[in-house]
Amino acid sequence: MNFDRMKDKLEILADAAKYDVSCSSSGGKRKNNGGLGDSSASGICHTYTEDGRCVSLLKILLTNHCIYDCIYCVSRKSNDIKRAAFTVEEVVDLTISFYRRNYIEGLFLSSGIFKDADTTMERLVRVAKKLRNEHNFNGYIHLKSIPGASDILMQEAALYADRLSVNLEIPTESGLKLLAPDKNREDMLQPMRIVQKGIQQYKDEKKIIKSVPKFAPAGQSTQMIVGATNENDLQIIKVADHFYQNYGMKRVYYSGYIPVTVDNRLPAITAEVPVLRENRLYQSDWLMRFYGFKADEILDSNMPFLDLEVDPKLSWALRHLDQFPVNLQTADYKMILRIPGIGVKTAMKIVSSRRFQILNIDNLKKLGAAVNRAKYFIDFSYGNPFLKHLTDLNLRKLIIGGSQSKFQNQFSQQLTLF
Amino acid sequence: MTTLLYDGSFDGLLTAIFEVFEYKYNDVEIRNRERFQQENTFAEIHEVVTQNEKSDRVLKKLETSIEKSGIKQLLMVFLSELPESEQLIFSAIKQSIKNPNDNILQNFADDDILQISKICKSVSRERHRMTAFVRFEKMKDDIYFAKIDPDFDVLPLIRKHFKDRYADQKWMIYDLRRHYGLFYDLQNCEFFYPDEKLNLNQYKEKFHDEEKKYQTLWQSYFTKTNIKERKNTKLHIQHVPKRYWKYLTEKYNS
Repeated sequence: MNFDRMKDKLEILADAAKYDVSCSSSGGKRKNNGGLGDSSASGICHTYTEDGRCVSLLKILLTNHCIYDCIYCVSRKSNDIKRAAFTVEEVVDLTISFYRRNYIEGLFLSSGIFKDADTTMERLVRVAKKLRNEHNFNGYIHLKSIPGASDILMQEAALYADRLSVNLEIPTESGLKLLAPDKNREDMLQPMRIVQKGIQQYKDEKKIIKSVPKFAPAGQSTQMIVGATNENDLQIIKVADHFYQNYGMKRVYYSGYIPVTVDNRLPAITAEVPVLRENRLYQSDWLMRFYGFKADEILDSNMPFLDLEVDPKLSWALRHLDQFPVNLQTADYKMILRIPGIGVKTAMKIVSSRRFQILNIDNLKKLGAAVNRAKYFIDFSYGNPFLKHLTDLNLRKLIIGGSQSKFQNQFSQQLTLF
Repeated sequence: MTTLLYDGSFDGLLTAIFEVFEYKYNDVEIRNRERFQQENTFAEIHEVVTQNEKSDRVLKKLETSIEKSGIKQLLMVFLSELPESEQLIFSAIKQSIKNPNDNILQNFADDDILQISKICKSVSRERHRMTAFVRFEKMKDDIYFAKIDPDFDVLPLIRKHFKDRYADQKWMIYDLRRHYGLFYDLQNCEFFYPDEKLNLNQYKEKFHDEEKKYQTLWQSYFTKTNIKERKNTKLHIQHVPKRYWKYLTEKYNS
């Protein structure tokens, strides 16, 4: 191994891969049979970068040579940057050596498209195959599905990888045409369909035969860039919902657009990363996945953008005051989940503790609820003085005033000089 | 009041609790003999001799009410080494014997139970952090070595995790604070208790030839995978508290 050359490549190809948001290493089910590594249902974040993002996988590109010219992407062919490419052996060696030192849970391998889609996909599959077959590696492997790759290659990829993903990148088709003229939506969807079909088939066969080879056990995910084109939040969560419902996606990631280039089709290079909008989108995503909300409950055509000032659950509650107050002793779990300030864990603790005794506001605080918000929406059997505000026009202001938001300074009316 | 002194083991604590019922003591406190200094001169001292038959009987009884997962929670409270841990475990066992048909660990409205659930959360967070933050360094003799300094005594809780994961390499994890470790030699995975503290002054000289290179590669990867435009130091430190930095390869230069 030429160490200096290796270090160079790693720096270039890690730098080019960093915009992919997914870091998940959960959902794998591989057991170790005397070899190296395992992957379990819950992932592990081995460290966090200075931007606060989790590092659980070695996230790199095989190469940043690319035949496409997508304007939002740093690796586009017209961009004047240093290019590099790993050999299959180099990626395998890095993965194994990092894994043995407990730096990572596995590998996330993506690539610029060199030559054509199939050549690229074949090379990615070869890395995964070598890790599994020659090194008895049972850690987590996430491969990028290359748009346009043939069905056979996708099926082979799913035999070795735990997760596969295709990034939609731009939520709307018109946006994609504008910013990535060489790509089409259909090429992205086909690999997803093949993998989804395979996963379903695996599940069906598993019921009859015990030893069916694993097929992408951690499922598929995708990613959308937010704020590069002029799509609204309703469109975004509708697309996400569509992929959760019809493609069995495990995760949809949202990535606030980071200005990488000057082009009149894109936001200015000085534009700020829309982190708050991204945060609200993730909150909506959680509401759909864990809180039983439907996409059209969160937003509708009269209100196509998420409220930036309050979180989407509180925003829903404020628009549906007729559903409150909720009685903690008798309400069903689903409704308790909808009370602002109560999360999944607290809701489960409430349902479990209320069998033993009648809960009061003090219990609620200790169980982990954000009482400063929840108190306006709950009917305690001994009465609740805060309920009188439920019909108050200023309820929204009252709640915002009583809580601390990490985004508060973005809404401050006061001018700050420094 | 009677003070029961036990030997500091989990079995010892369970034996002590068994004897509280056996001798029908009313007003008791249970203390670790090694950490005990008599404050109450009127307390009567009862020396507990650890007996596995007695601790097993307590465990069997508990299994019918709070189940194996509940016993694990009590073990986690024990491993927290907090001064109130004995009293909390005793309280939970008392409640469970009183209500044999309920899993009393689910009654979070009881202060002791809530306390137990909070301690379990802290201990399992620390356990999880150790599965994440352990950094092995390859030594000349091909052993992958890691040192840890966890807030709670979580080494027994991570044994299975590392044993399952690193089956084809020799490894050792050493707890600097409690002076004991785990060693896997490709066959067995056992605890070891050295008579003297391991001398780690010059251990870097015993690194395998390739070790420094991979550490450097990891450090450059860590720097390059960061997005500067999104810098968020507060969040970074919240996830990787500073007290762990000294053992993290990627943080050596910070």
